[in-house]
Amino acid sequence: MTAQIHRGPIVDRELPELGGDEILRYSRHLILPEVALEGQRWLKASRVLLIGAGGLGSPLALYLAAAGVGTLGLVDFDVVDLTNLQRQILHGTGDVGRPKLESAKDRIRDVNPNVHVEGYETKLTSANALEILRDYDVVIDGTDNFQTRYLTNDACVILGKPNVYGSIFRFEGQASVFATEEGPCYRCLYPEPPPPGLVPSCAEGGVIGVLPGLVGTIQATEGLKLLLGVGETLIGRLLTIDALTMQFRTLKLRKDPSCPACGTRQIQELIDYDQFCGVGGPPDVSDPNDVIELTPREVAEKLKRGDDFDLLDVREPHEWAIARIEGARLVPLGSVGDAIPTLDPAREIVIHCKGGVRSAKAARQLQAAGFTRVRNLAGGILRWSDEVDPKIPKY
Amino acid sequence: MTLRVMLFASWADALGARSIDLDLPERSTAGDVLAALAARANGAALAKPALAIKRQLARSDDPVSAGDEVAVIPPVAGG
Repeated sequence: MTAQIHRGPIVDRELPELGGDEILRYSRHLILPEVALEGQRWLKASRVLLIGAGGLGSPLALYLAAAGVGTLGLVDFDVVDLTNLQRQILHGTGDVGRPKLESAKDRIRDVNPNVHVEGYETKLTSANALEILRDYDVVIDGTDNFQTRYLTNDACVILGKPNVYGSIFRFEGQASVFATEEGPCYRCLYPEPPPPGLVPSCAEGGVIGVLPGLVGTIQATEGLKLLLGVGETLIGRLLTIDALTMQFRTLKLRKDPSCPACGTRQIQELIDYDQFCGVGGPPDVSDPNDVIELTPREVAEKLKRGDDFDLLDVREPHEWAIARIEGARLVPLGSVGDAIPTLDPAREIVIHCKGGVRSAKAARQLQAAGFTRVRNLAGGILRWSDEVDPKIPKY
Repeated sequence: MTLRVMLFASWADALGARSIDLDLPERSTAGDVLAALAARANGAALAKPALAIKRQLARSDDPVSAGDEVAVIPPVAGG
């Protein structure tokens, strides 16, 4: 028997039968009126694309596979790293060093062998996004950078695919459903990306391990509701989560009539998102605020020679407790302004942090205050550990 | 008039508080709220946030009234 269904975002697709042990496997769904046999066959007919198989992608892949979504597309080109395992529960200790796609496929096959996984081991780009997204019913944004978020948003608006959005920072998260016909899109909420380096990544700012679990399961819930056509989704609302106070709040969004993506429809094709977000391009040599960088080896040589300079560490005290470079002085980024009177503007100052982002910020702050011989340690203490002193632990 | 402003993510970090009471002239706007907050951030560079008045996304020229709950929600990208 085949049936035509008109529910959720999918139209006119033949419903597959549930076979083998599927009736038993999904029995707790089948007795829910909101799912029932037809809804479960719906899920089996559905195709969901996950952008990112990391923190958010982990609970997403596990729950959507367990729920019986027929086809899960995964876009990720990363390799499992030991620092991922504190939150990326799709991957295990034995997977360190493997491509995340391979690890994810193995895990999903174990959770539910009825799920067909399509892997895209590539960066999502303007060149491939429309082609990859085109065949899916729902797109879920579990990426970790602004470029891919704007790219995913615009591609979803152009193709008319709902974009289930989730994003995290330390103890805080956001979720919504963007790019539906009636609702706003990501650009209606944030029309312009922040300048590069201003918003710390998980690697730079840290994240509590369960947070992507909280936010990713909310995205999975919204994805299933969209597929089943039940309940009220987060279309037109932004959910904010603060895990420290455990406060969940929603605020009403509005579709911006002047939004170039979903309002005026000025964006008819994908743009260069690295350029849009101000990253990845050739360095702007004309910028007088540009900070001169030194490699770890160059700084190590200077220390060895006994050069006359100050080495400032602008990380936080709890990071200083994990690892530090001998001879550095701790001045957390937030205290750099207060420390200016204690520094000699004519003296050479080398600044470092964990990866080089905060130290570049501190260097620009000092340059703006009239310091002329400020240098940034490229790659921070992580690269120092790689290239100068492997005894310094990486974190 | 006095307003209670809730701060999230980088704005909470930069101002060292999760909520702040602001004294603003009558007929202030959402943009005035952001300017008053930025002035307290000691020159820290901050990402332009979304601003909500009474749990509704606001534009910078939207008016705020005494007692309105205002929330400052910066963009975050972690995943």
